[in-house]
Amino acid sequence: MTDTIRHHLPDDILAAYSTGSLSEAFSLVVATHVSLCDECRATLESIDAVGGAVLEGCEAEPVAAESFEATMHRITGQAAATMDRPIQAAGLFPSALRSYVGGDVDAVRWRSVGMGVRQAILRTEPGASVRLLCIPPGAAMPNHTHRGREMTIVLQGAFRDEGGRFCRGDVEVADDHVRHAPVADAGEPCICLAATEAPLRFRDLLPRLAQPFFRI
Amino acid sequence: MTTDTHEADWAEAMLRVREARDTAAFEAIFRHYAPRVKAFLMKSGAEPGLAEECMQDVMATVWTKAGLYDPSRASLATWIFTIARNRRIDAIRRARRPEPDELYWGPEGEPDQADVLALQEESARLGRAMEQLPEAQRDLIERAYFGDRSHSEIAAETGLPLGTIKSRIRLALDRLRHEMKMKR
Ligand SMILES: [Zn+2]
Repeated sequence: MTDTIRHHLPDDILAAYSTGSLSEAFSLVVATHVSLCDECRATLESIDAVGGAVLEGCEAEPVAAESFEATMHRITGQAAATMDRPIQAAGLFPSALRSYVGGDVDAVRWRSVGMGVRQAILRTEPGASVRLLCIPPGAAMPNHTHRGREMTIVLQGAFRDEGGRFCRGDVEVADDHVRHAPVADAGEPCICLAATEAPLRFRDLLPRLAQPFFRI
Repeated sequence: MTTDTHEADWAEAMLRVREARDTAAFEAIFRHYAPRVKAFLMKSGAEPGLAEECMQDVMATVWTKAGLYDPSRASLATWIFTIARNRRIDAIRRARRPEPDELYWGPEGEPDQADVLALQEESARLGRAMEQLPEAQRDLIERAYFGDRSHSEIAAETGLPLGTIKSRIRLALDRLRHEMKMKR
């Protein structure tokens, strides 16, 4: 499935994820895409290799006298429960997204935002926000602008806008002041995960004053 | 030990930890990497006490997650870096770190030995390229990894040989995917 992806993550986003400077909300979109895309996984792991070289080049800092023994003690206290970590989740959501939702798509607590569109905001550190969106087949996403960067990944169905057609795994990155109006394909509802740096401003749907109540 | 064999030797030591739970091999890894992990955490803003704490956590994770280490996709330094970075995000920024699904060979699978050597050689080459960078440029890259938020663009402009290492990793991923399909 990883070969069908057409729209990838830009290198600077992967670099920010690799260094650990990317916000939690955007990191969730990156982790979701990389779970589905080996092309970006390879790019990411090659950027991680720079981090490896940086670590290797660090001037050694003396460790505590009993440091090794203390570490071995920690190890014996830990169960070797490592291999049953989520490998590849069967279902719609990769494991990182599942851990935020508390399960797969059937565990999402959707709220209606009007015109048949539903959303679920996921809890992350402040500064950027991330939410799941479910758009009925053939429907338009409410027209909106945003102040910062916005990153959207499709998990089910597809949508189309000025940037092209986006299917499962595809990511759209939109920068400041872009006005786009995605339309979901006919067929099944389009489910996407969208991260934004600043709150969205819906133009047509809600008066701006109402926004705080919807936390978008 | 020459620089070329260096990376491959550490990968080899890690495999002994993975396969045989070899404490001597782990101690050698600890003596080399623990002081670097601690330095990395301190340069990222952790107090010495917290850095020591987190470093022990990181090194304990190296032992407990040994089964996930894939020498055809990462040098040992790179793999330890990713664990240390995640621990830093958790401890210093107090945010969660969403991670991609794990892809690993499983209990019976093994990466191709030629792939392992090629990747370890590429990692050594990357390390040398880093050392040869002009100081200002290297400093910029290091600061980005120590968590200086204002410098996050590394890949494009540095002139580091990332393309070759990426194609190696891509190849290893293709083989791993193939293996996973065969098992199903
Ligand atoms: Zn991709």
